[in-house]
Amino acid sequence: MSAWETVIGLEIHAQLATKSKIFSGSATAYGAPPNTQADLVDLAYPGVLPVLNAQAVQMAVKFGLAIGAAVAHRSVFARKNYFYPDLPKGYQISQYELPVVARGSLKVMLEDGTVKNIGITRAHLEEDAGKSLHEGLANATGIDLNRAGTPLLEIVSEPDMRSAKEAVAYMKKIHTLVRYLQICDGNMQEGSFRCDANVSVRPKGREKFGTRAEIKNLNSFRFVEKAIQYEIARQIELIESGGTVVQETRLYDSDKDETRSMRSKEEANDYRYFPDPDLLPLEIDSAFIEAVRATLPELPDEKAARFAGAFALSAYDAGVLSASRELGAYFESVVSGLTANSGSAKLAANWVMGELSSALNRDNLDIADSRVSAAQLTGLLLRIADETISGKIAKEVFEAMWSSGQTADAIIEAKGLRQITDSGAIEAVIDAVIAANPKQLADYRAGKDKLFGFFVGQVMKATSGKANPAQLNELLKTKLAGAEHA
Amino acid sequence: MSLTRQDVEKIAHLARLSITEQEMPVYVTSLSSIVDFVDELSRADVGSVLPMAHPLDGQHQRLRADEVTQSDHHAKYQLNAPAVAAGLYVVPRVLD
Amino acid sequence: MLHNLNIGELADRLAKRQISSVELTRHFLGRIERLNPALNAFITQTPDRAMQDAESADRRLAAGERGPLLGIPLIHKDIFCTEGVRTSCGSRMLDNFVAPYDASVVARLKEAGTVMLGKANMDEFAMGSSNETSYYGPVRNPWNTAKVPGGSSGGSAAATAARLTPFATGTDTGGSIRQPAALTGVTGVKPTYGRVSRFGMIAFASSLDQAGVFARSAADASSVLQVMAGFDPKDSTSVDAPVPDYAAVLSAPLKGLKIGLLREFFEGLEARNAALIHDALKIYRSLGAETLEVSLPHLPLSVPTYYVVAPAECSSNLSRFDGVRFGYRCEKPADLLDLYTRSRGEGFGAEVKRRIMTGTYVLSAGYFDAYYLKAQKVRRLITDDFRAAFEKVDLVISPTTPTPAFDIGAKMHDPVTMYLNDIYTIGANLAGLPGVSLPCGFVDELPMGLQLVGPHFAEAKLLNAAHQFQQATDWHRRAPRGYE
Repeated sequence: MSAWETVIGLEIHAQLATKSKIFSGSATAYGAPPNTQADLVDLAYPGVLPVLNAQAVQMAVKFGLAIGAAVAHRSVFARKNYFYPDLPKGYQISQYELPVVARGSLKVMLEDGTVKNIGITRAHLEEDAGKSLHEGLANATGIDLNRAGTPLLEIVSEPDMRSAKEAVAYMKKIHTLVRYLQICDGNMQEGSFRCDANVSVRPKGREKFGTRAEIKNLNSFRFVEKAIQYEIARQIELIESGGTVVQETRLYDSDKDETRSMRSKEEANDYRYFPDPDLLPLEIDSAFIEAVRATLPELPDEKAARFAGAFALSAYDAGVLSASRELGAYFESVVSGLTANSGSAKLAANWVMGELSSALNRDNLDIADSRVSAAQLTGLLLRIADETISGKIAKEVFEAMWSSGQTADAIIEAKGLRQITDSGAIEAVIDAVIAANPKQLADYRAGKDKLFGFFVGQVMKATSGKANPAQLNELLKTKLAGAEHA
Repeated sequence: MSLTRQDVEKIAHLARLSITEQEMPVYVTSLSSIVDFVDELSRADVGSVLPMAHPLDGQHQRLRADEVTQSDHHAKYQLNAPAVAAGLYVVPRVLD
Repeated sequence: MLHNLNIGELADRLAKRQISSVELTRHFLGRIERLNPALNAFITQTPDRAMQDAESADRRLAAGERGPLLGIPLIHKDIFCTEGVRTSCGSRMLDNFVAPYDASVVARLKEAGTVMLGKANMDEFAMGSSNETSYYGPVRNPWNTAKVPGGSSGGSAAATAARLTPFATGTDTGGSIRQPAALTGVTGVKPTYGRVSRFGMIAFASSLDQAGVFARSAADASSVLQVMAGFDPKDSTSVDAPVPDYAAVLSAPLKGLKIGLLREFFEGLEARNAALIHDALKIYRSLGAETLEVSLPHLPLSVPTYYVVAPAECSSNLSRFDGVRFGYRCEKPADLLDLYTRSRGEGFGAEVKRRIMTGTYVLSAGYFDAYYLKAQKVRRLITDDFRAAFEKVDLVISPTTPTPAFDIGAKMHDPVTMYLNDIYTIGANLAGLPGVSLPCGFVDELPMGLQLVGPHFAEAKLLNAAHQFQQATDWHRRAPRGYE
């Protein structure tokens, strides 16, 4: 095993889902034409001043409560000074010494099923910068300030992660949490949820941290994992060949699957932080905090624990089904519809995690846009539970429901898919099949047990798959064994 | 505690200000004299008093309702801009 | 003569339709045309806009509307954004900048029916005490055109003293209203920090800047302040407190008023200046006030404190001037760094660059604690000194400036010498206190001012004390020769 230990900390920037920006009344909606959502405050015109958005504060407090952190009764906005074209004021309004949310933690389930407690150092409010665009501009860059001023919650983890996979698990948990809390839509393609990874290595057993490199702006779980893996390997190789790791900012190139140094930021920036004199200290009293606490939904861990207990699900399955509030609600709706009619939660769990998830993934849809509603799925599963159709047929029905939008019953009716449960009818088909296949019968009776499947297949073919499998098996076994058909 | 030319170059770079060769000695002198002047502060005994960032000590930040109050005026605002293309503010190519 | 009438008298004549706002405006525009070239008090004159404003005011007056400032002309310091009109802040950096919006102060005064004659000259980005750093050339003092009018609101002060306007707006960060008011023999008011909105006022030092007024009397100033003051939701540092009726208490008797004489600033003060203040105190005593000595032991540190805090804040506030979205851009920038450094290097003047660099230095790693943090601690000590003094007295009195107006060019070689002009005024900015400067006599035929500083939101008391002094004296009625 490796003589090296990896130390990883993540800084996650979550765009808060407010309607207007953190310090101005401009809209925050994604995708508007360039600079159409940038008012004088966002453009840093001479004479403009910031005024703080209440909802951004509520969302930050909500997050703090959800991670069990102390919410600061007094926090201060500070200016982080540096020059960059997407930063119109020449400083970013952020929080430095006194952030709104102090230390908290999150339980993260790793791949092997163990649960690790990851510390969160702090979370603070700040504003997002604009965007730089290079396409179509010869030797120039175009600046779009629509994004400038969108509220961000910067969530800083303790350097508690020890592998790329742990880092991704933590990032996914935060992603789930912010969506649960409805404070961030988590849309990584649109840049609502971004991650910087601080990575360092040290000889196993050493306490002192190695020098870390920061990999900026990773916007997918996959890239986070690959970038960290590359970086770990790079640092180890560097040190083992006699070099030293430089503290620097790096970018991940997903085409080449490598990280490289950011040239423009290679000089250490002196941000000259000082309290922003255009804003007064943010004071949050107990009444404000309690009002926010009252809006907390059931959190992911709570929901997973409840599912596991109430529906006898494994921790893993409960975790999957509670990955989002919408999925959890869908699942619960199906469960309640089933169990009211003596169906099982397990059936619901299997189908939601199985067929439904596959269909959603295949068509790139969120649960909210599912082509089969919870009620419709319930309808389908009830038909399995009451043996109207077999599980196998149900899959066919599901696909038909997905593409047509019709209910299970309508499709079963239209396609005549009811299961055949009449023993006499099944027997008759079995008899016909046996009669038509004397050689196989003889071979089976001579010991080729595998041919059982052949007969099953033939009966299913003859009944268009509608024979009740359990009954078919029973009757076939008897008939194949029996000496009635000499 | 005077400033050196190097100090001034570093500060000017942080502040993104071009200083010509001719101007440099003048800035070194005047900035040094300003820094010497404010150095008096370093000798002041302030005990354990808290810093005061604001004359409105004891007041706190007002919150505004989360409403969209602004609409698009980019055409008007961009009349002031030195270089605009397709609604974007144009600067020399920024390398990452 | 119309330009010697006070605002109340002008409003009265307008109300009685004895004169129209158009006629009044024409009168001032005529004076500006004749007399401004010798003073250079304007950066932008707006005669067409003034006529439009005057016509609008006349329509409102004709419809029966009345207001203390309806139809009254004014000048705005070129630091206030005025929609559709160039707002240069005295700098090449904004020479081509036409503001797309009105500052809140501008909007309020416009709503009240004032007539804008133009934008006043000023020290570049409000940094200066003599109006010699303006890109548009120095302003000359109407009392002696070889002398400075003071700064940074030199144009506003000079124009008011020269009777080119009934009143003018200004801003005060370290004394930039009170000091030029003193040097030009007019009344200047800096309100309590947070009393007047800063929205649309180009920021120099955000925790020190305040908008205020120049007028020829405390009574006039109170009419203007009444309109300017008040909560503005667009400014997070605007205080939501009711604005009292300043006119109502202007004439309250001063019996029992306790005035504190600042001990720290009489040591080393020239005899003739000290004499003027002592004469003023005699007058106050004759009006029923009690005078006692107070000490603000940390006040001597106020200048170095200010010259750490103000540059620190301005170094950050001025970072937005980068040649990207508005303002000056250098020719043919080679790359981004060149765009920034040359646009800023060429767009800003020397004093602005010095202050930006000073500010950058004191905030930088390794120096933050020794300078910026230390200065903010001293700031609290100074504020506490004032608070303790105001437990003993109602107002504090001192000279506004150490000397009368100096020669243009006399102090430009050494920034520190210039900074010491602010020695009496800076304390009020650090503590956020209101202050007023009023004329109190002459030295070498040049005006001198006395300064009254009060506790937070004591504008009414300050204006009352100033007004009563002006009822008992006539310094404020003197006009410079050639401008009567």
